[in-house]
Amino acid sequence: MNTKVNLAGLTLKNPVMTASGTFGSGIEFAEFVDLNKLGAVVTKGVANVPWEGNPTPRIAETYGGMLNAVGLQNPGIDVFVERDIPFLTKYDTRIIVNVCGRTTEDYCEVVRRLASQPVDLLEINISCPNVEEGGIAFGQNPKSVEAITKEVKKYARQPVIMKLSPNVTDITEMAKAAEAGGADALSLINTITGMKIDIHRRAFALANKTGGLSGPAIHPVAVRMVYQAAQAVRIPIIGMGGIMTAEDAVEMILAGATAVAVGTANFRNPAVTMEISEGIREYMEQYHVEDINELIGAVK
Amino acid sequence: MAEKYKEQAVIIRQEEISYGIYSMWLKTDRIAGLSKPGQFISVYCHEGSRLLPRPISICEIDREDQSVRIVYRVVGKGTEELSQLRTGRSVDIVGPLGNGFPLKEKKAFIIGGGIGIPPMLQLAKELNCEKQLILGYRDSLFLKEEFKKSGSLYVATEDGSYGTEGNVLDVIRENGLDAEIIYACGPMPMLRAVKEFAAKKRIECWISLEERMACGVGACLGCVCKSKEKDRHTNVNNKRICKEGPVFRAEEVEF
Ligand SMILES: Cc1cc2nc3c(=O)[nH]c(=O)nc-3n(C[C@H](O)[C@H](O)[C@H](O)COP(=O)(O)OP(=O)(O)OC[C@H]3O[C@@H](n4cnc5c(N)ncnc54)[C@H](O)[C@@H]3O)c2cc1C
Ligand SMILES: Cc1cc2nc3c(=O)[nH]c(=O)nc-3n(C[C@H](O)[C@H](O)[C@H](O)COP(=O)(O)O)c2cc1C
Ligand code: FES
Repeated sequence: MNTKVNLAGLTLKNPVMTASGTFGSGIEFAEFVDLNKLGAVVTKGVANVPWEGNPTPRIAETYGGMLNAVGLQNPGIDVFVERDIPFLTKYDTRIIVNVCGRTTEDYCEVVRRLASQPVDLLEINISCPNVEEGGIAFGQNPKSVEAITKEVKKYARQPVIMKLSPNVTDITEMAKAAEAGGADALSLINTITGMKIDIHRRAFALANKTGGLSGPAIHPVAVRMVYQAAQAVRIPIIGMGGIMTAEDAVEMILAGATAVAVGTANFRNPAVTMEISEGIREYMEQYHVEDINELIGAVK
Repeated sequence: MAEKYKEQAVIIRQEEISYGIYSMWLKTDRIAGLSKPGQFISVYCHEGSRLLPRPISICEIDREDQSVRIVYRVVGKGTEELSQLRTGRSVDIVGPLGNGFPLKEKKAFIIGGGIGIPPMLQLAKELNCEKQLILGYRDSLFLKEEFKKSGSLYVATEDGSYGTEGNVLDVIRENGLDAEIIYACGPMPMLRAVKEFAAKKRIECWISLEERMACGVGACLGCVCKSKEKDRHTNVNNKRICKEGPVFRAEEVEF
């Protein structure tokens, strides 16, 4: 049985990876998950300098989902390069570094710093709904999506994945813009902007008022967007959004994803990524699928 | 790296020990043997729409029997669900999590307020020093008799129905108590007052904090508090309550 997939010229041993921001750099989850069994580890977003993030509360549970407004807190690229990359290189898995920034220059600075690092792919987050500047500002307009993709590609030594926001009217426009800018792959979806009000305190549940909705509640939206994007571009897609089980992952692959990322599910079950990758094998056995690549985009 | 595990723990016993407050003993494989006072566990709901773990402090540890006790107040859907579970049912838990209290041999105040009282019980049992146990309740009492076995007990109730009328600091003043170290867990206003008291009297003070959590293991950065110094891990003035905490030196954190 073949579970290997090809992502922008790189082979992943299986299509299961972690979603940025839900898994740190894997250090904290290594007690529950054998990182060697993952197709890739995608790290928390890192910027050129340390970011403090948003005030607390940053987390609120919702029905079948959760809101977060962490605000891209991160230790900055220097600490990341010294501590997190050496940790990850000990494992036999692909390393994907998620990059955030406030300006195009910020992104490019991080990308340049990573050029000489043993990192397999870069994932550029232009879709965080929780920071005012940067993030989503780049991801909601096809012109700026194309421009920042081009700019990042100038400095990147690794293949570039552009991570798209679902908070747009037409996802295919953004997908095409990233492809036109030279993106090697796409990740979608990031979280959907939401809000929760505590009716007893008559106050917002999050200090930031709004937050990003993730978890099973957003899964059908993610499947729809992955499908639409897959119809619109030729580059591979990493599908994510509410994947809790192997069935959810297979659904995403059938919709057109070459690989899948698991986020919020890690909070429900820290060992879930391994269980999903095992479950995909079981699905393949059950339906006598020899090669996982037969499943990618099989439902048209 | 401190060892932690995900286990299916079996409920050995559950009872309502005061209005809306439940005590549950859980049989574990390894978690109890590794637990220290002041640490907590993540408790997962059976209901699938509730994704996030509920952080609950370890109230008592029976290392020989490999069991831990949690005492919790029903405040929402997750704790409501937990309170309905019968003996023999299992719950998924992850633990032990967080750092726990340092055990120092100094004349101590062990201060618990409201639902901050449970984590102080195992601490009271394990500390080897002169212990003054100061518990603050709104009205109805719980765990009082069990604390009594570990030191001299002082109680405050907001409504004056038992002990001193007022809060934990009123008890200290009323009885003219003093200490070389303070351990405290309870609501924010109480912790702020205790921090201020300790600073004024120059007493070493350790407090246990609370925040909304998602991962519970230090990966998501959801549960931070502001710290005075730049934190070694985060490289900013934020500490993860689930990892570097929940117990902090009072002057180390801003809250
Ligand atoms: C380190 C730590 C130790 C704790 N120890 C205890 C204990 O020993 N006994 C006890 O009764 N309670 C304790 N709490 C509080 C307990 O976690 C909450 O009361 C519980 O999560 C509420 O869940 P719910 O589903 O009933 O409430 P809901 O309001 O329905 O919960 C919704 C969401 O908010 C979270 N949440 C709600 N209140 C809190 C809170 N106060 N702190 C953190 N998250 C919250 C829940 O985990 C859940 O994700 C502790 C909290 C922390 C952070
Ligand atoms: C707590 C939290 C933090 C996140 N941080 C990041 C981040 O730093 N960069 C990023 O590109 N996406 C981030 N995301 C978005 C996820 O990577 C993912 O796109 C989204 O949560 C949908 O997947 P899920 O439903 O499986 O969680 C974060 C999500 C959560 C819940
Ligand atoms: S809850 Fe995720 S870092 Fe503390």
